[in-house]
Amino acid sequence: MGLDFSIVPKYLDILLLGVAWTVGITLAAALLSFVGGILFALVALYGPWLLRQPFRLVSWVFMGTPLLLQLFLIYFGLVQIGIDLPAFVAGSIGLGLHFAVYNSELIQAAILAVDRGQMEAARTLGLSRGQALRKVVVPQAVRAVIPPIGNNMIALLKDSALVSVIGVSELTLSAQRVIGKTYRPFEFYLAAAAFYYVINLCMEWVQRKIERRISVSR
Amino acid sequence: MAQNQPFVDIRHAQKSFGKVEVLKDISLTVERGQIVGIIGSSGSGKSTLLRAINDLDPLSGGEIWLDGVQVNKKLPHRQYEAHINALRQQVGMVFQHFNLFPHLSVRDNVTMAPMLLKNLSRAEANRLAEEQLDHVGMLERIEYYPSQLSGGQKQRVAIARALAMKPKLMLFDEATSALDPELVEEVNLVMKKLAEQHMTMIIVTHEMDFAASVCDRVLFMDKGVVVEEGPPQVIFKNPTQPRTREFLRKHIEGAS
Ligand SMILES: Nc1ncnc2c1ncn2[C@@H]1O[C@H](COP(=O)(O)OP(=O)(O)O)[C@@H](O)[C@H]1O
Ligand SMILES: [Mg+2]
Repeated sequence: MGLDFSIVPKYLDILLLGVAWTVGITLAAALLSFVGGILFALVALYGPWLLRQPFRLVSWVFMGTPLLLQLFLIYFGLVQIGIDLPAFVAGSIGLGLHFAVYNSELIQAAILAVDRGQMEAARTLGLSRGQALRKVVVPQAVRAVIPPIGNNMIALLKDSALVSVIGVSELTLSAQRVIGKTYRPFEFYLAAAAFYYVINLCMEWVQRKIERRISVSR
Repeated sequence: MAQNQPFVDIRHAQKSFGKVEVLKDISLTVERGQIVGIIGSSGSGKSTLLRAINDLDPLSGGEIWLDGVQVNKKLPHRQYEAHINALRQQVGMVFQHFNLFPHLSVRDNVTMAPMLLKNLSRAEANRLAEEQLDHVGMLERIEYYPSQLSGGQKQRVAIARALAMKPKLMLFDEATSALDPELVEEVNLVMKKLAEQHMTMIIVTHEMDFAASVCDRVLFMDKGVVVEEGPPQVIFKNPTQPRTREFLRKHIEGAS
């Protein structure tokens, strides 16, 4: 049986729906990982001891165990204690928190790298520590970590394929389903790869846009 | 009490970093509108003394009073923070390395604190920023970012940023030490202008000529103590203490 890509357009609607789910879950998880990353970083650096300890445990769980297990835990495990999340939500939370922990490491390092004089200048004007962090230190730290966070977001896109195991019909699962009907794995896995590549390009384009916008202010 | 108490009143200030005593029983008063210069070699405690006044480096002992209010009074943590934040709004500080906020435009560097702390509207804050930047000759650069400015321009913006809070005391910690020689004058001019407007200022500097021309009084510090203080004519022309003479002699040699 030779290769025949002319079959791909026939199933384009299913694939595109997969793309939509992949983009959706990647965006939701990316947003959560970004906001969560900042919060985790602030707690780790400035939080009271009582708050820092549970956060360390959460960090360890998300860095030290497979993402697959985390997704199972959130989707199937939480049901047992009465939290029944839709697959998309569970997947976004799992992916988002997983990458929030990695982003938090980057942001912590960036916060510590902001010149001490910045905090001092802000405090001297009368800002509280919280105001100084919010207005002066964190914005600079976030600017500094845009490139490495961008890399994390590409990794997030790739790992979003894992949410197929909890039944989110994202791109990889959609491709699999089409293959189940057509028995043409090569064509459809390649088609899926092409879509991932395009999404990747879009993400890089957005990242470059953001970097260009903030480049004067560095 | 505030009537006959000096505007800035430092009483027996003492500060240790670990086992190292950096300020040893320093007392100093500054009257409203006075300009006091502090000179002394590196490591003598000048910055620490200045930074104690707005509590950036809290004292280990002694008292600091500003306009009848004790800066370092004993208060529960939260109240102390509120007290210090309110007090710092009245004390402008200018640093050797400018410490402008690099992610904000010149305009936003100046407007941030007034908008945040005094609840000025955007429009009011803009007007204030334009006024202050005009004052230091930086109005044309209002939309620039710090990375696009020279050192002298940065420092003038930093001064405008401090002045926008309408402080009643200005602290300068070697404001021109990081500048290329040709950029020193533009900053000195701004400070002179402030002096003419009777701003109360405490100026740590290595520029003896400048200190002599604007200061009402000059202090010479060495190893955590004020060795000698007096009018600039006396300190620079007829110092009584051998250590002062030594410092000035070395300084003139070093400068030429
Ligand atoms: N945060 C600090 N921790 C420990 N030692 C410090 C600190 N700040 C200043 N010192 C020490 O205090 C002394 C006085 O410093 P400083 O006030 O900066 O002097 P100056 O401004 O006159 O050069 C120096 O010996 C310096 O090393
Ligand atoms: Mg110093």
